[in-house]
Amino acid sequence: MPEGTGSATGIGASVKRKEDFRFLTGRGTYTDDINRPGQTYAYILRSPHASADIAKIDTAKAKAAPGVVTILTGADYDKGGLPCGWQIHSKDGSPMAEPPHFPLCKDKVRHVGDQVALVIAETYAQARDAAELIDVTYQETKPIISLADADKPGQPQVWPDAKNNTCFDWHIGDKAAVDAAFAKAAHVTKIDIVNQRLIPNAMEPRAAIGDFDRATGEFTLYTTSQNPHVIRLLMGAFVLQIPESKLRVVAPDVGGGFGSKIFHYAEEALVTWAAGKVERPIKWTSDRSEAFLTDAHGRDQINHAELAMDKDGKFLALRVATKANMGAYLSTFAPCVPTYLSATLLAGVYSTPAIYGEVKAIFTNTAVVDAYRGAGRPETTYLLERLVEKAARETGIDRVEIRRKNFIPKDAFPYQTPVALQYDSGDYFSTLDMALKNADWAGFEKRKAEAKGRGKLRGIGISTYLEACGIAPSAVVGSLGARAGLYETGQIRVHPTGSVTVFTGTHSHGQGHETTFAQLVSEGLGIPIENIEVSHGDTNKIPFGMGTYGSRSLAVGGSAIVKAMDKIITKSKRIAAHLMEASVADVEFKNGVFTVVGTDKSVPFGTVALTAYVPHNYPITELEPGLEETAFYDPLNFTFPGGCHICEVEIDPDTGTVEVVNFTAVDDIGRVINPMIAEGQIHGGVAQGIGQALLEAAAYDEESGQLLTGSYMDYCMPRADNIPNINVGNHVTLCTHNPLGAKGVGEVGAIGSPPAVINAVLDALLPLGVKDIAMPATPHKVWQAIQTAKKAAE
Amino acid sequence: MHNFAFHRPTSVADAAKAIGAASDGKFVAGGQTLLPTLRQRLAQPSDMIDLSAIAELKGIKVEGDGITIGAGTTHSEVANSADVQKTIPALAHLASLIGDHQVRQRGTIGGSIANNDPAADYPAAALGLGATVKTNKREIKADDFFKGMFETALEEGEIIVSLHFPKPEKAGYEKFRQPASRFALVGVFVAKTKSGVRVAVTGAGPGVFRSKELEAALGGNFSADAAKGVKISANGLNGDLHGSPEYRASLVSTLAGRAAAGAK
Repeated sequence: MPEGTGSATGIGASVKRKEDFRFLTGRGTYTDDINRPGQTYAYILRSPHASADIAKIDTAKAKAAPGVVTILTGADYDKGGLPCGWQIHSKDGSPMAEPPHFPLCKDKVRHVGDQVALVIAETYAQARDAAELIDVTYQETKPIISLADADKPGQPQVWPDAKNNTCFDWHIGDKAAVDAAFAKAAHVTKIDIVNQRLIPNAMEPRAAIGDFDRATGEFTLYTTSQNPHVIRLLMGAFVLQIPESKLRVVAPDVGGGFGSKIFHYAEEALVTWAAGKVERPIKWTSDRSEAFLTDAHGRDQINHAELAMDKDGKFLALRVATKANMGAYLSTFAPCVPTYLSATLLAGVYSTPAIYGEVKAIFTNTAVVDAYRGAGRPETTYLLERLVEKAARETGIDRVEIRRKNFIPKDAFPYQTPVALQYDSGDYFSTLDMALKNADWAGFEKRKAEAKGRGKLRGIGISTYLEACGIAPSAVVGSLGARAGLYETGQIRVHPTGSVTVFTGTHSHGQGHETTFAQLVSEGLGIPIENIEVSHGDTNKIPFGMGTYGSRSLAVGGSAIVKAMDKIITKSKRIAAHLMEASVADVEFKNGVFTVVGTDKSVPFGTVALTAYVPHNYPITELEPGLEETAFYDPLNFTFPGGCHICEVEIDPDTGTVEVVNFTAVDDIGRVINPMIAEGQIHGGVAQGIGQALLEAAAYDEESGQLLTGSYMDYCMPRADNIPNINVGNHVTLCTHNPLGAKGVGEVGAIGSPPAVINAVLDALLPLGVKDIAMPATPHKVWQAIQTAKKAAE
Repeated sequence: MHNFAFHRPTSVADAAKAIGAASDGKFVAGGQTLLPTLRQRLAQPSDMIDLSAIAELKGIKVEGDGITIGAGTTHSEVANSADVQKTIPALAHLASLIGDHQVRQRGTIGGSIANNDPAADYPAAALGLGATVKTNKREIKADDFFKGMFETALEEGEIIVSLHFPKPEKAGYEKFRQPASRFALVGVFVAKTKSGVRVAVTGAGPGVFRSKELEAALGGNFSADAAKGVKISANGLNGDLHGSPEYRASLVSTLAGRAAAGAK
């Protein structure tokens, strides 16, 4: 793949996003914008209790309400349950507990918001009015909410087959080697971390329209999904038993996902199933309160970690014990997040030779928990960077030097970690040095003194990290329990008059693929970017793809497009050779033109395209007409972007308010296609990281299981004034195993930032004797930490 | 929301008649509290009586010992009024801190006072300045008006027409925002008035209240240090996800000091 020819619309150019015209002028087509003829509306009656038996559901009055088409409950539901896409085995080899997950509850409700009845009416208001007339008799039972307590004996059990609410008890690494290293350690640092539950809050709430065409027997589902083919496969094969040839899934414009729109949700299955029964389209749109209750939540891990070091601060071994909340049911990818997306990252950027991780997955009577921007890697990075920081404070070794001395050396790549992953390339020294310079780390003391004069405590914090993304090599993940392949597809259709449609199995929901993939093809085929359309989201149009998440679209989807382009160019060269009466070996392709080496013969790409479809002067006995090629690309490894984040905060000690005054990010994301889009991804990721560090937390009442943070009145989303200008830097080491050299950028911002922020907060509070604080470091928490330290000092 | 009958009277007298005739009527001014409540189906009034077309409820007038503000005046109008900025700058400042730009275009001072949300800003100004609430039936002093959480001295169907704020020697308002809702976790209004120092606290307790200890301390020495030295009791103060009673107590004295230091 060419390096980037410096063209204004090719690789490396900050081309303005094509998508923005429709998004910024209100012309986007989101699922709720779509209206089907004869459409009905669905409203879901949800459980007000966290745990209860359903003794009786009386729908008689509701069914007679104006406009009601039908009302369906768990007793009517005769299809399959929502499947889990990743199977984990416990330490003893037994498979994880895999309880059924029906889209309508049959006999019990297991979290506030659980689906109890599906009301279908002529209008949304009628559906909602009718739902109020449904009489449900619940027998409440005691819920188990606390992750810390759920696996202790004597607690309420969410599932009979999951003893002590434990779904699985898994491990990775070498316990014996780790124990031996700890026995010899000069110093051991321990830390207890809570990575708090977050609620994704994509700007567009979920929606789904199910449709059934009686004439053809075909089903259509419009849905706010990051991966329409995955939904078609899961829902068609496992839930509703509809053959894929009769099931079309369309994800139109999708307004953000951050992972929350990956999973196959009950509502998708319900509107499709019910559409088959009533033979009319059924539209369901979530409101924000519903989204808080039922979108898959993120994070929610408790970690205990210990780091063994020699007398010079070299890391000898790391051991980690984790409890991860699954919620009441297993969501599509939930089991892999705290295991294969978390524990395999425990080496981080360090050369720690021995690592052992244990993970217990726990059921509680709460909403499901699954991947959310970073999906496991933020949890591990936060743990590592808090632990290393604590180790520095305890041993007196400089916080930067302790990291530097433990970095994987520049010449050690490919580097095999003790936790399965093999890193292909990376240069943590350069990103560190660049970040230190950009953040003016050296000048911090002066700024701290000046802030003191204004009555503020100023602190600076650092995080050096990497992550594993570009998900994923199919055989590897298959051996680890994945029930799917994770390749991607790219199809390039050259039209007779030279314009091109690129069909991608990825699904942009904010990433700008219509622009960046067009840049790739513009550069690769040498044609104007205006002549390239990128099509995604409709399973009727696009070969099977796995969608957009895990920072995979460029590394895997882009690579598939490159492979397809290679095939296009190979075939085009044969056509061009024929047109120029030369041998294929002598034909070169550059800047959209085919030439014969050593001559002035040339033929432009457009001519080749037309010739392919009007094959008069054509090697017809050797070559088929047409010019369209498909590639399925299965990555050879994960990709490993990473870097260094440095955060500076000022704290008002009287109120506890933390202000982020500087944020510097230097990330190595491999090849950059569109610097403006990459920078935007870092901005968004850092904003979410600051949100986790200082502002956001989902909270359930431990007695009742009610969601206490059920709206923006109590769940604190970052606003523009919570985020400073972010200084974004970039250092490139190319990925060695994909044709683009791309590593991915979608999640690094949210992964590297939270520990940088909290390390800065603790740095500011260190003179007051504060040694620990939990996320989010709200003003209340900071004030409390200060008071506690004051009392301890008295 | 559920269905209701909608009225748009053009006089206070007609509004009083309309609410009297309704089985379960509610006034709506800016709707910034009522409309979200209706959308969540938490209330089901039979009638909504819209007060926004009543001229008698509008207007800002410098008169007597201070300034009179019509109940139907929006927060934005108060914040941007040259008269308010000149007469009681702390009042204009407080209005500019309410909600956000969109809320300030619609929310009214009458609605805020009548609703008496425990975290609303205006009750702190009314109580802090010793304002007088003029209704269509009588005049009520601020000290007698605020009765507790969402409770006031207003009788059924009684309509606030205007509020009169006496001009203080100086006054200040400091608001510490609950990070999510950006309502006042604690808001303190401090005023040096003809009858002495008044300190009104919102957000910290079940309703707006005056702090005797801070009034005494600031009465002696109107400065940030005097306020900081006062330890406020956490007894009876609100505790929730966003702050313990002890935290709110600490904020009360911190904010009182900052309000005094910045008083104009």
